[in-house]
Amino acid sequence: MASADELTFHEFEEATNLLADTPDAATTSRSDQLTPQGHVAVAVGSGGSYGAEDEVEEESDKAAEQQQQQQPGFWTFSYYQSFFDVDTSQVLDRIKGSLLPRPGHNFVRHHLRNRPDLYGPFWICATLAFVLAVTGNLTLVLAQRRDPSIHYSPQFHKVTVAGISIYCYAWLVPLALWGFLRWRKGVQERMGPYTFLETVCIYGYSLFVFIPMVVLWLIPVPWLQWLFGALALGLSAAGLVFTLWPVVREDTRLVATVLLSVVVLLHALLAMGCKLYFFQSLPPENVAPPPQITSLPSNIALSPTLPQSLAPS
Amino acid sequence: MAEAEESPGDPGTASPRPLVSLGSATKGTEGLSDISISQDIPVEGEITIPMRSRIREFDSSTLNESVRNTIMRDLKAVGKKFMHVLYPRKSNTLLRDWDLWGPLILCVTLALMLQRDSADSEKDGGPQFAEVFVIVWFGAVTITLNSKLLGGNISFFQSLCVLGYCILPLTVAMLICRLVLLADPGPVNFMVRLFVVIVMFAWSIVASTAFLADSQPPNRRALAVYPVFLFYFVISWMILTFTPQ
Repeated sequence: MASADELTFHEFEEATNLLADTPDAATTSRSDQLTPQGHVAVAVGSGGSYGAEDEVEEESDKAAEQQQQQQPGFWTFSYYQSFFDVDTSQVLDRIKGSLLPRPGHNFVRHHLRNRPDLYGPFWICATLAFVLAVTGNLTLVLAQRRDPSIHYSPQFHKVTVAGISIYCYAWLVPLALWGFLRWRKGVQERMGPYTFLETVCIYGYSLFVFIPMVVLWLIPVPWLQWLFGALALGLSAAGLVFTLWPVVREDTRLVATVLLSVVVLLHALLAMGCKLYFFQSLPPENVAPPPQITSLPSNIALSPTLPQSLAPS
Repeated sequence: MAEAEESPGDPGTASPRPLVSLGSATKGTEGLSDISISQDIPVEGEITIPMRSRIREFDSSTLNESVRNTIMRDLKAVGKKFMHVLYPRKSNTLLRDWDLWGPLILCVTLALMLQRDSADSEKDGGPQFAEVFVIVWFGAVTITLNSKLLGGNISFFQSLCVLGYCILPLTVAMLICRLVLLADPGPVNFMVRLFVVIVMFAWSIVASTAFLADSQPPNRRALAVYPVFLFYFVISWMILTFTPQ
């Protein structure tokens, strides 16, 4: 009995000595670790009996419970601050991880490490939307240089269209995917589905490769544009598939293949839609309006040129 | 010596003497025990806060002063901040005395100059007044929220103030572009406008970074500065692609 008491008491003293020697460790740790240490330090001062140690253990347990109950509610600012708890190096590392997908290398486990952030998805989507609108306008400028009869206009409405479509894709499709995976949760036992934020992160970071692709689409060579598009789509879809495969492979083969093919198809539709809407290839020789979705602005662009041709006659 | 051991044991005593005796026990100087601050040296006198009377004077004077004085004071404050933006130094004036008059004047000027004519087509063309306004203000609010969520220690309105004032170089670029566009269009025209917009864009970035970068921890500075870059890039793009009809 006495030897057991002495053993536990010595451990206690050692721990508090460690704490006293390394005050820096105490200050940089999270707040939920700080409270039990604080309780330990106070208990030492009041005496060193076995009963006091019991009290300390109870207090530290209660403190841990209280800390867990004090998770900030969704109406507080610090709740959202927890989603932006990333450093520059971490964001760059996640972007690199999305650019180079490897088959066994799960993006969520290796790069996110269960700490998803909202910074990456939000600003990658914003960048992509503005880059789409800007480069789409730039192709019109370059087309006009080749053929001065094409009417140039800033086309500001494309910024709105780009923004809405990119943000809807990057936030609604993960919502649908997350909902579907949770619905099928009963079938999978080994690996739980990703949280909503992790799904948003997967999609957000996978959109990063489209930014250099869109910039490279400025080169007005059609087969090169399709090549870049295919490359970027392949990289991005591969990243998505490799990340979703561990979650989906527990399911039946039919559901797995259908889900993955729907994901890849939606991604391909996004890339194609961007190419066709923002980069309508105006033929350099003639001024005939291309039969695209946006035939209306081409008609309006055409009408100012008609009075000019009629005026001399 | 004995007094030092007694002191933790009797928390209920009201006399100030144990504090003094503890000091004498640890330092070993006998002279300290003779000084008992609360008993021997009476504290008397008057406490006046000179600032209070000055503030009261200030209040009554702004109420009675002429309208011209009030407007000139605000205009001078705005002008002083313009100077701080044009010659960015590490000073706290923009942050300490923030105001949103300057950003409002700049935003309205920019939006008035950038808006397309009503005769222009509805679908294809430059931004409307409201679109410029929304981009500037919602962009600034988003960047401020982003900066605060990343853990920066700058207040909401200070950040809005800095971002708004740093649009000044781009507004100057817009004025120059409009003047240059009065000349005949051509590649030289475009080159001049491109050069002016690039220089003013770099100036805006440098000015705003000088004020905002210090508020972030160093491992997140790039994360906070990148949205500012994107914001001024979009505004520069709108200025560069402006074509009068």
